[in-house]
Formats: sequence, structure tokens, C-alpha cells
Amino acid sequence: MTDNQKLIDPDYDYDRAELRKKLGAVDELPGSAKPNPILTVDSITRRFGGIAAVDVDHLEVQKGSITALIGPNGAGKTTFFNLLTGFDIPDKPQGGAAKPRWEFQGRSLVSTSAYKVARTGMVRTFQLTKALSAMTVMDNMLLGSQQQTGELLSRSAIWPIWRGKEKVIRAQAEELLDRFKLLEKKDDYAGSLSGGQRKLLEMARALMSNPAMIMLDEPMAGVNPALTQSLLGHIQNLRDTGTTVLFVEHDMHMVRFISDWVVVMAEGKLVAEGRPGNVMQNQAVIDAYLGSHHDQDLGDDAVLNEDFDTAIAEEDVELAKAEEAVEAYAESVREKEGDGD
Amino acid sequence: MLHSTRRRGRIIAAAIVVVAGALGILSAESASAASPITSGTSCVADEASGCLQGKVIDDNRNPVPGAKITVTSPSGASGSAKTAKNGSFFFKVSEAGAYTVELDAASLPEGVTPKTSTLTVTVELSNITPAGFALNGHVKGSVNSGPAAVPYYQLVWQQFSQGLLLGLLLALAAIGLSLIYGTTGLSNFAHSEQITLGGFLAYVFAVQLGINIIVSAILVIALTALSGYLQDKLIWGPLRKRGLGLTQLMVVTIGLSLALEYVFQLLFGANVYPVATNLELNTGPLDITPTAYWSMLVSVIVLALVGFALIFTRLGRATRAVADNRALAAASGIDVERVIRIVWIVSTGLAGLSGVLYALVNGGVYWLTGAQLLLLVFAAVTLGGIGTAFGALIGSLIIGVVANMSTLFIPQDLKYATGLVILIVVLLVRPQGILGRKERVG
Amino acid sequence: MDIGFYFTNLFTDFGSTILSVITASYVIAAIGLNIHFGFTGLLNIGQAGFMLIGAYGFAITVRFTQNFWLGVVVALVGAVLFALALGLPTLKLRGDYLAIVTIAAAEIVRLIGDNQLLAPFTGGTFGIPGSAFSKPFAALSPLPQIGLFQIGPYNYPFTEGDSWWLRIVAWSLVAVCIAISFLLVRSPWGRVLRGIREDEDAVRSLGKNVTVYKTQSLVIGGLFGAVAGIVNVLATSVSADAMGRTLTFELYTCLLLGGAATVFGPLLGTFLYWLVLVFLRDSIGFWVPSSVLSQQQIPQVTWIVVGIGLMLLVIFRPQGILGNKKELAFGD
Ligand SMILES: Nc1ncnc2c1ncn2[C@@H]1O[C@H](COP(=O)(O)OP(=O)(O)O)[C@@H](O)[C@H]1O
Ligand SMILES: [Mg+2]
Repeated sequence: MTDNQKLIDPDYDYDRAELRKKLGAVDELPGSAKPNPILTVDSITRRFGGIAAVDVDHLEVQKGSITALIGPNGAGKTTFFNLLTGFDIPDKPQGGAAKPRWEFQGRSLVSTSAYKVARTGMVRTFQLTKALSAMTVMDNMLLGSQQQTGELLSRSAIWPIWRGKEKVIRAQAEELLDRFKLLEKKDDYAGSLSGGQRKLLEMARALMSNPAMIMLDEPMAGVNPALTQSLLGHIQNLRDTGTTVLFVEHDMHMVRFISDWVVVMAEGKLVAEGRPGNVMQNQAVIDAYLGSHHDQDLGDDAVLNEDFDTAIAEEDVELAKAEEAVEAYAESVREKEGDGD
Repeated sequence: MLHSTRRRGRIIAAAIVVVAGALGILSAESASAASPITSGTSCVADEASGCLQGKVIDDNRNPVPGAKITVTSPSGASGSAKTAKNGSFFFKVSEAGAYTVELDAASLPEGVTPKTSTLTVTVELSNITPAGFALNGHVKGSVNSGPAAVPYYQLVWQQFSQGLLLGLLLALAAIGLSLIYGTTGLSNFAHSEQITLGGFLAYVFAVQLGINIIVSAILVIALTALSGYLQDKLIWGPLRKRGLGLTQLMVVTIGLSLALEYVFQLLFGANVYPVATNLELNTGPLDITPTAYWSMLVSVIVLALVGFALIFTRLGRATRAVADNRALAAASGIDVERVIRIVWIVSTGLAGLSGVLYALVNGGVYWLTGAQLLLLVFAAVTLGGIGTAFGALIGSLIIGVVANMSTLFIPQDLKYATGLVILIVVLLVRPQGILGRKERVG
Repeated sequence: MDIGFYFTNLFTDFGSTILSVITASYVIAAIGLNIHFGFTGLLNIGQAGFMLIGAYGFAITVRFTQNFWLGVVVALVGAVLFALALGLPTLKLRGDYLAIVTIAAAEIVRLIGDNQLLAPFTGGTFGIPGSAFSKPFAALSPLPQIGLFQIGPYNYPFTEGDSWWLRIVAWSLVAVCIAISFLLVRSPWGRVLRGIREDEDAVRSLGKNVTVYKTQSLVIGGLFGAVAGIVNVLATSVSADAMGRTLTFELYTCLLLGGAATVFGPLLGTFLYWLVLVFLRDSIGFWVPSSVLSQQQIPQVTWIVVGIGLMLLVIFRPQGILGNKKELAFGD
């Protein structure tokens, strides 16, 4: 891999229409198989006290897609991210239950520490932004690169070894900062940025390593509307240039606008999956799993592209199927909950 | 600007109040320039003098009064005295070195003879040197209060019960430290000086002013609790408002601890001040002194009260809520600042009590008493799980017992090292402590 | 009582303090602490323990082998092992644990040093006199082996004990240590450390093995501590009680005064700290009658001032003299 350019991956659907066509053939059921998954997860659970914060049987994330993971607050999305990225450890399976397994690009990430996960090309951001406030924006960016061998203690004191690399990385950082409209701020302390700018910085920093997949935990939370637009643009751009995106969000508008696939989580479990239009349109799903009174105002959807609308229309049948399954599942969850109390 | 200057003034004033408070209450002791060897019914060692003291007991381990003891200093000076009712004798000496201690066999009552009549001991200044005589046979009327020889299992048992005692005393300090950590996130390194303060105040009230020890203890608790109140009102509360980070606050506590230690040294020198002057015999099932039993009882009662209060009272529940999630507690209408202030009052009061009891059962208090215990207290708190009060109790008992039992194998003064070893093992095996909980990320 | 005398005396003392080997050893130890605390955010409250390990490792080895370089190697290896022993159980955990374990471990080293059990090696409470281990160091000196040399009011031996030779070596070491710390912390490695100081989870999420970096930092800072320990005891003698908690607290005061996370902070801070200390001692000794404060009580008063000074410093100017408030070493 070169420093700035990702190699063209023949397996990656750079063409979004192609990708959506493939996803169109996927069953809209929780845990359904994808034609070309970059990430597969099996039987992962995490309990806090008595509560199962995460209890996911199976999930596949399509390579080259923007997949949204939605669910109400406390659904377990962040915990799920933590588990996948090595920031938390899943529970040991109890009595005969299957062992937790998850693979990224065919490589098992079970009991892999967080930094190693990042090194495999799966980089995450945090819900509560972790900009390194007492460092400059540029230093934040440089830290994101995984190419600088001057980070090794044995080489650090001899600057001629790493100076050349530093220039290359700096150029890459400037390019990214420019894209994220942060270039003028490069010498400012990250602590002086606005909340939205910090989110952008955190994302740009994560991209410094050219990850194969980026996992964004609520990238739009607390970002003002003007910035949100450009953030959405960035995310789509990322996908188009070869980075699979998995992101957590609870704002439905955002989700249906940019995602290719939506996974719904509630009380630790996957309760629905599907193309955004379908999952979105299903008010029962929304009410049951988001518990929020999602407003009906779908009017300002001028941004939604034509293809997408047609695709949604074509899949009413499958939607009904999904609805049924989801409703049945929801019922069983409710029953279990009733037992628990 | 004006506002900040005023607050700055208040914080400085607070530091001064803390220092001056100690200065005002305690008066400096003047160095004594007495004759080389004096005897009495008690002894306080200072830089210029040491104590040579002991007991004469018969084979039923009962005291033998009226026995004549003669001590001779390395330079040849000598002094003699008769043992008191409780069999004890005290000599204050102003010269370090090897002393001979002689028991006059002729002065002994009928029925007892000395096993050895001469002892040689090395006296250090500002220290207490023990020298005891065990006799063959027993005085008429003396009943057997225990086996004459001390078998190994009894040593083990003794260390165990001493450990239990130490554990309870540690717990008094540890629960406070843990509560402060739980509610504010602060690792308070000056907590040790609250223990020392308790010990010194007990010395001032009980010995210097001759107040009854129970009344003294109550006064000490009140005053140390007051010091906690003032600290939080004048230092920690304002600093929290200022938004000082926890690491910063922790370094502030380190500075405070250093300042207070030397305030103690300035006032009291490096001497050990006994709070109880009479020597006692070990009795009962635990084979410890009566004072130690009382201390254990007091600790258990106080700890039980604190536990009860934490579980069943509104304030206790509020405290646990604040420790659990401060923001949530505040949102649900709990006056967090008030809870924290009360936690400071209770914690420092408990540490003060711990200091009194520790000084009572361990021969006295000196300027580093608390600093020496701090390591064990921190080990106990970590072992139990930082921030959990009940964890602190369990941790303290374990640390107390293990530290004391370890003296069966290693030198006495290395028992504090055992605390560290336990700490490291715990951190390796179960970093969140016995009752602790993992933190969340993201 | 002559004011002129007071001032000459004060300024002579200032000068000897700035030349002093002890001051140099403080600077070196504070540089190590700066790598721990200033740049990595590791709250090591046991830097005196590292110094003591270095001092014992060096002095005991040289005492029995009369081999200077072997002594240095043993001291450094000792510090590395000590750092690993403290770091492995704690560096994956929250910062408080490291604080507690380092302060405790330093105390344990001191207690073991004081203990009679190992007295044949450590000398127990009496320690190891300088004469037992300083000869091989003196033998390396290009200056005359015996005799005194005077510059102005400062009259020290060429080579023996607390000598000009030791001063030259100590202050050259200070320069080398500052240069090394400069190269390290300005490198990408140092950038990772600063990142860890800010938020180690963020740095972890970027693919850096945080535990390894923290361990490296603890080891490197500890090595500076060990070197400081060697320098310190070459001027005096090994005494466990001289390197207790209080010394660590002094080092923090030096570091914070100059400015944590700055390259020259430890140097400037240590100078200022000692100048203030000397000023206090001289002035109290001169102005306050000994009926109010005895000679013995002056150090106690200065310690109280140091303690309160540390508090005020952290509260009102945590970035020190050279530091930048925005780049504060204190996390939260
Ligand atoms: N470290 C933790 N300790 C205790 N409970 C936790 C912890 N982390 C998460 N939880 C609980 O797990 C559940 C899921 O939380 P989270 O993953 O943050 O949800 P989301 O990101 O979907 O809002 C919540 O009930 C939360 O309170
Ligand atoms: Mg979340």
C-alpha cells in the first residue's frame, strides 16, 4: 500500500448502483447473509450486571457499503463497537452457548487488542469525541498515520531516519484537512475547535491510516446543520474511494439519506435489517425500536436520489416479509422482558 | 478579576487556617535537659532522650510489683526504681548505647526467682527500648492466666488477632478515603495526616490535659471532623468549582500532606508520644490487651454504623448515588456538594478515630504515623475496589491480617512491604479490586 | 549582624547551589519525571525510588568490584527492572494505580535499604559511605588526583569526593540528558506519548500499542532517575532515608515550577527551587532569632513552605514558568 493512495481493490464495489443491486437481493432479516461481507460477527454477548447490553447472534456487513447501525439510546450500539474494536471483551459463553467470533476481511479479531484491530484496517471514532485537545490539529493528524517508523523508540532520537517520512505524512494530512475544511486550523490546538470541527478532525485523523473500514460512533451528534451536510458528503466520498463505513446514528433523516443498509438494534439485539427506505417506512419498527416519536416530515427529501426511490418501491414485497419477521421477533422480546420482570 | 482574587485569598487563607489550627491547639514541648537517668511511671522519648522500660512478670504472666531494677548506662551512670503495681518500670535516659538492666533478686517476693537477673539492651534516642523480666514460679495468689511458654501456633494466632485489629483500624481510615474517592474522584494523599492529627490530638487531650480517654476520643473525632469540614469548605470545594483536574487536585493533596507532616514535626519533633501510659497484659481469646479489645469493639460498632447509614439512610443512599454517577445524582435532585461535604466530615472524623485507636494500641503517635499507614490504607482501598466502601472494609481486614502474619517470616518493619506485594498481585489478577467494577469506554 | 554580610553570604550560597552536584542530580531526576508526568501523563510518585535503586545498584557493585562501569550498568539494569515490575501490573489501568504503586514501591526500597537484614550490602540505616565506591570514579579524572582548586569563593577538591571533576561530569550529564529528552520528545515517538497523555484510548484507536509506549516512557524516565541517583551519591553517600517520598515531592515542585512538558522546565525549575530554598534558609537563619526558631527547625519550616508552595503552584500556575496553559500536562 502506498502512503496516500489505496490500491484499487477488484472486490470492492466502487459503483454504488452495483452495490445496491447486490444488496437488493439480500433478505431483509436480522442476521441475513451478504454477498461479500467485510465483517462477520457471531454470538457476541456482553452483560453489565444483569442487563445484556449486547447480545448479537449474527451480523454481516457488506464490503463497500455504508451501513447504519441505529437504535434508541442504551440499545448497546457503543458497547457493540467497543467489543468489535477490542475496547471491551465479550462475555465467556455460558453453558454450551457458541463462542463469540468475529472476522474482519477473513481475519479473526477475537481477543485482539484495540491497537491491533486498528492496524488490521478497522479504525473507529468515539461517541464522545476524543480530540487530543492539548495538541495541535496537525499533531492530531500525524498521530493518525501508521506509517511513521519514527514512532519506534529505537529510531526516534535520530531524526534523519524519519524526517522524510514526516514530510510525506504531513502532505497527506494537509490534503485531508483541506478536504475537511480544517486546513487553516492546522496549527491551532484541537481544544480550540468547535464540537463539530472536532468530530471532523477525529474522522480525518482516523482516515490518516487509509483504513479498509471506518466505524463512526454518532458522527453527526452535536454537529451543526451546515457542517452536517458536508460531513454526509465526506462519508459518501469515503465509500466511493474504497472505505467501507459502519456508523451509529439515531437521526433517521441522516440514515436514509446516505446509507445503503440499515441495521436496527434494541436492547442489545439485532431486531431488523434492510434497505433504509424499507426500515424507515416501517413505522412499527421505528416506534418499537427507536421508541422515539420520529416525525413524519419526510418532505425535505429532495436530496434523496431517484435510483434509491425506485429501489424502495420495488421492494415492497420483501418489506412486508421483513415487517412480519420483525414484528414476531419484537413480540418474543416483549414476552421475554415480561418474564424478566 | 475581583472575584478570582477573593477566591484566591480564601484558598490561601484556608491553607493557613489548616496549618495554624494545628499550631494553635498544640503547644510545643520544650526539650528536657534532665539528669542522665530518671525513673517514673511513664516515659516520653524525644531527640535528646530514650526510654528504657519493661515489666516483671511471674510464670503465670502476672505482674510482680516492688521488684528493684537498676540500669547502668554505657558511661557508668546508673539509676534504680521499684516496679509499680502493674509490674512495670520506666527509665528515661539521655545517652544512647548498651545498657545493663539488673533485677535485684532480693527484692522479689516469696515464691519467685529470676530466670536471668541481668539484661543488656541497646538504647536509641527518641525511641522506646523494651526490657522485661520473666520469673520462675509465681507469687502467692497469682492465678494462671495463660500458658507460660508461647508455642508457635499461639504466635500465629497472636499475629492473626493483631492483624484483625490493624485491619479494623485501617478500615476506619480506608472507608473515608474510599468514600472521598467515590464521590469526588480524588485520591487524597493527605488522608494520612488526618490519622496523625487524630493521634496527636488524643495525646494532647488524654495525656497533656489529662482528660478521660473516651471523652478525649470524642473530642478528637469532633475536631478532626471539623478539620474535614473546613478543608472542604475552604480548599476542596472552591477548587472543584474552579474546575481543577483530578490529577491537579491530587498533587495539591500531596503538597498538603508534605506541609502538614512538617507542621507536626515542628510542633512535636520526631518523638513518639504514647497516648496510653500503662503497660497491659494480653488476655482473652484473641490474646491482645484490654485496650485492643475496646478498640476493636469501637471500630466494629463505628464501621457497622457507617455501613448501616450507607445502606439505610437517605443520606447514605444519596452518597452511593453520587459515587455511582454524579451527573445523574445531581439531575435527580441530590445536592451533590452537600453530600460531598458530609463525606469529608465523616471521612476525616473516621480517620481521626483511627489515629486515636492506633496510637492507643501501638504505643503512641509520631509525625509519620499516618504516612506509614497510608500505603496500607491505599492497598486496602485498591484491594477492595477503589470507591466502594464495603470493598474498603474487606480490603482492610485482608491487608491487616496478611501484613501482620507476614511478620512471622520477615522483619517487623518490612510488614508494610507486604501491602505492596498484595497490591501488585491484586492488580495483576483482578485490577478492579474485589468489589470494584470496570469502567466504560467510548 | 551586618546586612552586607547577609547579602554576600546569600549570593555565595546561590552560586554554590547552582554549581552543586546535588542540584544537577535534581535536574536529571526531574527530566526523567518530565518524561513520565510531563509528556506521558504517568503519575510516578516514586522517582526517589528509581534514584535509590540506581544509587544502591551502583554503590554496592562498585564497592565489591571497584569497577565503575559495571556499577553504572547494574544501576541502569536495576532501574529498568524496577520500571518493568511497577509498570507491568499498572500501566494497563487507570493512572491512580501507578501513583499508588510507585509511591509504595519507593517506600519499600527505602525500608529494605534501611533494614539490618541486608546490612552487609546496604549498610542498613548507616548506608554506604562515599569512600567505599568513589575511587574508581576519581580514577577516571584527568584532573590532578589530589589538591584543591579555588575559583572565587568556591574551593573544592580537584577529583576527590564532591569535587570539580564530579561537577564537570554532573553538569555535562545534565546537558546530555536535556539533549536526549529534547530529541525524544520532539520525535514522532514523543508525539505518541503526548497523545497518550491526552487520551490513551484515542491513541489506541489509531493503532498504537499504548502499553508499550507507557512502559518505554516509564523505563526511560526511570533511567534518568537512576543516573541522578548515581550522581547524587557520588557527591555524598548512600543513605536510604535521604531518598524518600519527600525527595519525589521536591522533584515535582521543581518540575511544575519550571513547567512540565517543556524541555528546559526541569532545569529552570530546579534552579529556582533551590534558590528559593537557600534564600529561605539563609534569611530565616539571619532574620529570625533562634529563640523563635531553632537551627533544627529551619528545615522543617522550609518543608512546610515547599508543601504549601506546591499546592499554590498547582492551583494557580499549573503550567509553571515556561509552560503553555493550553498544553497543560495535567489531564483531568
Ligand atoms: N461500563 C459499563 N458499565 C455498566 N453499564 C454499561 C457500561 N457500558 C454500557 N453500559 C450499559 O449498557 C447499555 C448499552 O449502552 P451503550 O452501548 O452505550 O448504548 P448506545 O450506544 O446504544 O446508546 C446501557 O444500558 C448502558 O447503561
Ligand atoms: Mg452510544
